[in-house]
Amino acid sequence: MRPQHLITHPRALHPGAWWLWALGLAAAASRTLNPVPLALIIAVTWFVVSARKSTSPWAASYGLFFRLSLIVIAVHLVFQVLFSGHAQGLTVLFTLPEIALPEAAGIKIGGEVTLEALLSAFYVSLQLATIFCCIGAANALGSARQLLRYVPAALYEIGIACVIALTFAPQLVVDAKRVREAARLRGGDIGRFRRFGRLAMPIVEGALERSVDLAAAMDSRGYGRTTVADPRARRVTSALVVAGMLGVCLGLYGLLGGEAGSWIGLPALVVGLGLVAVALVLGGRRTGRTRYRPDPWALPEWLVVASGATAAVMTFWQVRVDATTLVLASPLDVPPVPPLACLGILVALLPAVLAPPLPLPTHEGLPGPVPEEVAV
Amino acid sequence: MIELDRVSVTYAGAATAVLSDVDLRIPEGEMVLVMGRTGSGKSTLLRALNGLVPHFSGGTLAGRVVVDGRDTATHRPRDLADVVGFVGQDPMAGFVTDNVEDELAYGMESLGIAPDVMRKRVEETLDLLGLAGLRHQPLAQLSGGQQQRVAIGAVLTTHPRVLVLDEPTSALDPLAAEEVLATLQRLVHDLGLTVVLAEHRLERVVQFVDRIVHVPGGALPVEDGAPADVLATTPIAPPVVELGLAAGWSPLPLTVRDARRRSVDLRGRLTAVRPPEHRAHAVNGEVAATKDLVAGYPRRPVLNGITLGVRSGEIVAVMGRNGAGKSTLLRSLVGLHKPSSGKVTAGEVGLVPQVPSDLLYAASVRAECATADRDAKVPGGSTRALLDRLSPGIDGDHHPRDLSEGQKLSLALAIVLVAAPRLVLLDEPTRGLDYLAKRRLVEVLRDLAGTGHGVVLATHDVELVAEVATRVVVLADGEVVADGAAPDVVVSSPAFAPQVAKIMAPQAWLTAADVAGALAEARA
Repeated sequence: MRPQHLITHPRALHPGAWWLWALGLAAAASRTLNPVPLALIIAVTWFVVSARKSTSPWAASYGLFFRLSLIVIAVHLVFQVLFSGHAQGLTVLFTLPEIALPEAAGIKIGGEVTLEALLSAFYVSLQLATIFCCIGAANALGSARQLLRYVPAALYEIGIACVIALTFAPQLVVDAKRVREAARLRGGDIGRFRRFGRLAMPIVEGALERSVDLAAAMDSRGYGRTTVADPRARRVTSALVVAGMLGVCLGLYGLLGGEAGSWIGLPALVVGLGLVAVALVLGGRRTGRTRYRPDPWALPEWLVVASGATAAVMTFWQVRVDATTLVLASPLDVPPVPPLACLGILVALLPAVLAPPLPLPTHEGLPGPVPEEVAV
Repeated sequence: MIELDRVSVTYAGAATAVLSDVDLRIPEGEMVLVMGRTGSGKSTLLRALNGLVPHFSGGTLAGRVVVDGRDTATHRPRDLADVVGFVGQDPMAGFVTDNVEDELAYGMESLGIAPDVMRKRVEETLDLLGLAGLRHQPLAQLSGGQQQRVAIGAVLTTHPRVLVLDEPTSALDPLAAEEVLATLQRLVHDLGLTVVLAEHRLERVVQFVDRIVHVPGGALPVEDGAPADVLATTPIAPPVVELGLAAGWSPLPLTVRDARRRSVDLRGRLTAVRPPEHRAHAVNGEVAATKDLVAGYPRRPVLNGITLGVRSGEIVAVMGRNGAGKSTLLRSLVGLHKPSSGKVTAGEVGLVPQVPSDLLYAASVRAECATADRDAKVPGGSTRALLDRLSPGIDGDHHPRDLSEGQKLSLALAIVLVAAPRLVLLDEPTRGLDYLAKRRLVEVLRDLAGTGHGVVLATHDVELVAEVATRVVVLADGEVVADGAAPDVVVSSPAFAPQVAKIMAPQAWLTAADVAGALAEARA
């Protein structure tokens, strides 16, 4: 067996596998408002991230997304309390002073706050928070930036633009800070608008200069040399991509929304994916670029993707079998445990073991093994 | 390898040509230095070699540029990517990917080189440039010297025959610059690469090059010849050559080692003479002081208890490797950085930042001066008057971005000085300055000290320090490791000793002008 098929062989897993796994979990989360499976999904992402995250800077992004999801919940609850609508449930917790608005406004500000309203708001925001955690986990395990290395050849230009944007954004922040400090050095009491005008100028000029430098560097290094420019082929490819993406969007909307007609769901998705695939293959043929050292896609990748897919499939199956366990009839009920969905979500825990461990970083500047005491 | 045949370049909208009638032949395996003032057309000449001029920059190129048999008229820069490797001034600005290994592979991916060949070449290049330990590092976390080496490696993987570098060491500290130049030297010797580079800091590169092309600017013809011949006549020369001229050596020495062997007699003649002390003439009261200053980031202090006083009339040079805390010290003195403990007392302080154009935001020099007058609440025309003293003859209608580096520095300095600070701080003032602009700066700094200002400059430029500093403070790891008169601190230091000090050791001479003065006195 080649080493990349071993789940014990230390290497970085393909970032695409992590994203597919996380998408599976997010899809599962999208089907339920029951806090039990939702909390379970958050726990699963947390556990897998702790087990398999690297020491790279983006690995910290899970914490960031987790905090973001807490904010989402808090904001949602506050808004629910302030604009509580009319008559949701009977269990009044407390009453806020009410501001009288004309009936036609359709909302009211303040008034009675009921337990039912609060709980259902909490469940809805918990769903959103869970999806945030899934994205955070994907980004922490295989950063969006890593994933961009694998954009299909036909979309190479878009990919490289994204990579450059990801580099430029932090650089712009650094520039802005530097220029603001310089402006403080010059002093002078001026209005906020004029100050903004003053600062924008050097920042924009700096960014422009940097882009021109980068373009010159890319040109001197052979960018675009192998691309064969054939306008007709390019137009056909673009048309196919657009049509395909439309199909994919419709299909996903049908599947996730679960309400539209059946033709919009799976069939549209399959047709859309097919069109996109054809376009990418056609477009990919145009470029003569090669790819340096792509991460292998081997057994562990398949296993990780399968575990994520299991969570999604089992939850969808639960919808068929007994939908009431996923969407509570009344928010005051004690949430039931949907057995199939929970089982599927627990399967998604397996990548903590199935994904190969990451190699220990080599000692700073020195190739070769880490000294014994550091490794321990 | 490289042939320029009656090449003239005129940019769109310009009245005169940047280069006119340049004839140049550079054979294989040579290392060639292109020198000249800023704005003389050095960069244009370099960029013409891989077709960036005129394909990328626009303008008209007359004549022919042929590199390894390919004419740039019919080959775009990307078609020359496997023949000419071009490394720009700021390595960070040319990086496309985010880690070392991917950056090395990028050029080959664009050329469509087979994966197994790419794999092999990346490994070879990592070893050749000593980058193997850094292969997975993010580019933004590398030091300046490492970034420059990665930039060189990234163009080497396509196996070019010619390497063109625009000021590869101007932003580096002396040791990092040596690291990069040693790498280039190795490439020339081991791979037979032809290297063409432009550099202002002649003292760093002259010893490595086989030939110098001097681009004087204007309509004057380009000179080209052996380093000793060219440097004997040009107005700009490294200190070792200036010392050779002062001592009347012929042929001129180019390396410290050469000069050192030749200087036995000179040192003998000067044993009885006391070298100038480089002390401030009239030192008055303290203009700024720090006491037990600690500053930096949470749990990562950059300055660890600095106690330092600056008095008016002093020119203090703060030296130390990148990250030693030089900039943080200046920023603390001016109040941009809050100390975590300790005390900073300073009166009116003005700081010229590392990138002077950060201070400039108006659309013309005139508007810039008017704004500065208003900000400082001084009568109109004060800034302009200062500017004319620092650097006469700048057209008021010019856009500040179009000025040369030296003129930008003068303008920024004028804006800072118009607020009448007692203490003037300069962060890396010689970055990108040519020799003449640097000479002007030296005069300006002496003038400032003479009129009762305190001056502090953070710099890597040992020759500037030798010329102008009355006191040198060396920082390492956030602490002051040396503080004293310039000759006492720099003469014995291998990293910070100027060329003349290395040649004349153990006598404490710092500049060629000092030696020339002593010789003239001895003769009289």
